[in-house]
Amino acid sequence: METFIQQIINGLVLGSMYALVALGYTMVYGIINLINFAHGEVLMVGALVSWTTVSALSDSGLPGWLLLLISLIAAIVVCAALNFSIEKIAYRPLRNAPRLAPLITAMGMSLLLQTLAMIIWKPTIKSYPILLPNEPHVVFGAVINTVQILILVITAVTLAGLMYLVNFTKLGRAMRATAENPRVAGLMGVRPDMVISATFIIGAALAAIAGVMWAANYGSASHTMGFLPGLKAFTAAVFGGIGNLAGAMVGGVMLGLIEALGAGYIGALTGGVLGSHYQDIFAFIVLILVLTLRPSGLLGERVADRA
Amino acid sequence: MKDNKIVVFLIAAVGLLIVPLIAQQFGNAWVRIIDIALLYLLLALGLNIVVGYAGLLDLGYVAFYAVGAYTMGLLASGHLTETFPAIAAAFPEGLHVPILLVIPLAAGVAGLAGVLLGAPTLRLRGDYLAIVTLGFGEIIRVFLNNLDHPVNITNGPKGIGPIDPMHLFGFSLGERHELFGLDIPVVTNYYYLFLALVIISVVICYRLERSRIGRAWMAIREDEIAAKAMGINTRNMKLLAFGMGATFGGVAGVMFGGYQSFITPEAFSLPESVMIVAMVVLGGIGHIPGVVVGALLLAALPEVLRYVAGPLQQMTDGRLDASILRQLLIALAMIAIMLSRPRGLWPSPEHGRAAVVPDETPHQHLEPSEQIPPTVTAIAPTVK
Repeated sequence: METFIQQIINGLVLGSMYALVALGYTMVYGIINLINFAHGEVLMVGALVSWTTVSALSDSGLPGWLLLLISLIAAIVVCAALNFSIEKIAYRPLRNAPRLAPLITAMGMSLLLQTLAMIIWKPTIKSYPILLPNEPHVVFGAVINTVQILILVITAVTLAGLMYLVNFTKLGRAMRATAENPRVAGLMGVRPDMVISATFIIGAALAAIAGVMWAANYGSASHTMGFLPGLKAFTAAVFGGIGNLAGAMVGGVMLGLIEALGAGYIGALTGGVLGSHYQDIFAFIVLILVLTLRPSGLLGERVADRA
Repeated sequence: MKDNKIVVFLIAAVGLLIVPLIAQQFGNAWVRIIDIALLYLLLALGLNIVVGYAGLLDLGYVAFYAVGAYTMGLLASGHLTETFPAIAAAFPEGLHVPILLVIPLAAGVAGLAGVLLGAPTLRLRGDYLAIVTLGFGEIIRVFLNNLDHPVNITNGPKGIGPIDPMHLFGFSLGERHELFGLDIPVVTNYYYLFLALVIISVVICYRLERSRIGRAWMAIREDEIAAKAMGINTRNMKLLAFGMGATFGGVAGVMFGGYQSFITPEAFSLPESVMIVAMVVLGGIGHIPGVVVGALLLAALPEVLRYVAGPLQQMTDGRLDASILRQLLIALAMIAIMLSRPRGLWPSPEHGRAAVVPDETPHQHLEPSEQIPPTVTAIAPTVK
């Protein structure tokens, strides 16, 4: 039972981070129908910027939580600027091009960011300092530390904020209109270029938060850390029904839970034949099952013949 | 006219035959680069069947490459006999399956894997298909990495080796030869083998493109529902595309295994898949000359530039070493070529049909169905 609760907690923490990243994918896909392959790399840049900020300020004697906050803001600013420029340079000129072209530039961007990060930060794994009190809290016999609680709280607050933004503000209405039909939205006085830029900036901010949390939770950051979270977050977005914000959240959390429970129990279930290093394939097996049984995802609407 | 063609053909043939003999004067490393480029070309041609002809975006293509390489690795190395006494008892001289048997076997296994992957994804389109195939590629790699226990099949991250060098008709490709006073090192042997395979593949692809099957694939690519209405069995055709493409990947994998004589799961990671997709798309999707150009460019150019990386590395305090520079160049090439020529370097010609100039108003093509006016859709290969 304790294992079960522990794995639920781990799954929720992991799932919240997936959800944050998945939202970035799903918003971009909803508006311009593009898999932004570079999104995982934005998470990586966020984590590394945060690491640099924390290392630079480590002698200043500031308390840990303030350091974390400053580095988080720095990461959000850098990532937002980065994602804004990526869209402007690599995706905007290709909006009328064949469908595969922006996908290839997105993959190129992902590779480029990884390489640049390797050049700037050197290809070593950095250990991320412990900034918050590390003693574990016991909940129903399972343990959770301060960083993990913080991740759950921040994710909940961010998601609530995003829901408000999309559903109740002028920008949110413009975003929904653009996703529905950009040409008509343009006629109604929405500036699609502005909306698309805003979408990339918001997505980058979410990814930066996830990146800093990821680094703080696992205690390390490196130039390759963006790949797997990015891939799984995209899986989560598809799982929930791509283009659907609530779907991305549900998909992210579900995927986190499935992975944690799967990794926790696969050894016992198979008599030790398969171990927890198969954790990474659960995501894809789930994905293949969901897409075969319900190709539009959990909450996605059925769109006939939509590519 | 006809004579002219034959002359051009002869010059090209002689040129291809003496390329390695010239390159080896500058060192075998150069021939090696060409060999690797030919292997990538083989992969790109295979993927072109799936992505270019049938319009199914496959981001896990490297999985079939891995299947081929591991088939070769298991059947032509000491690994299985060392691990399983039963096999060692059955083959007292070790398991050394001749290459001419391994190739059809690996092609069959990889083709089967392709069909197995294709089956559950038949209903998926576009980006969903991309992500599922990507997942499949990762699953294969995770299994290769972890199937060293409880039963050691793939030897895990340590990889399999040494794999026997290839023998063709009593001619060992793993040894230096002397022919008519010419020195033929190992890399050059393999060059001729790979070249032969590439030529066979190009002929197969060319014939496929113009066959009933090829036309069916292209019909599916342009409009699946219309293709179905025309009486094409879309399910079988899509499975056939996956299977055919995977077969090419499997054969290329066998070649890679025999050539490198050592394989690890890390050789078959996602960046390789991305690279192969990039070759097909950069060159000109669905157009054989374009794919050839794309593959040779992306495979060879960065390797060549590695040799000028030395001074740069010293200038930048070791930060820009050869492999980083290579990655940087590939990334920049992918972005720059797509931005300047979104349809690829050498796209397929538009068969003399009147091209409709797309409306220049921005943001009108966001809905896939509106992406390209219908008349152009019929010409330009689109991947759904």
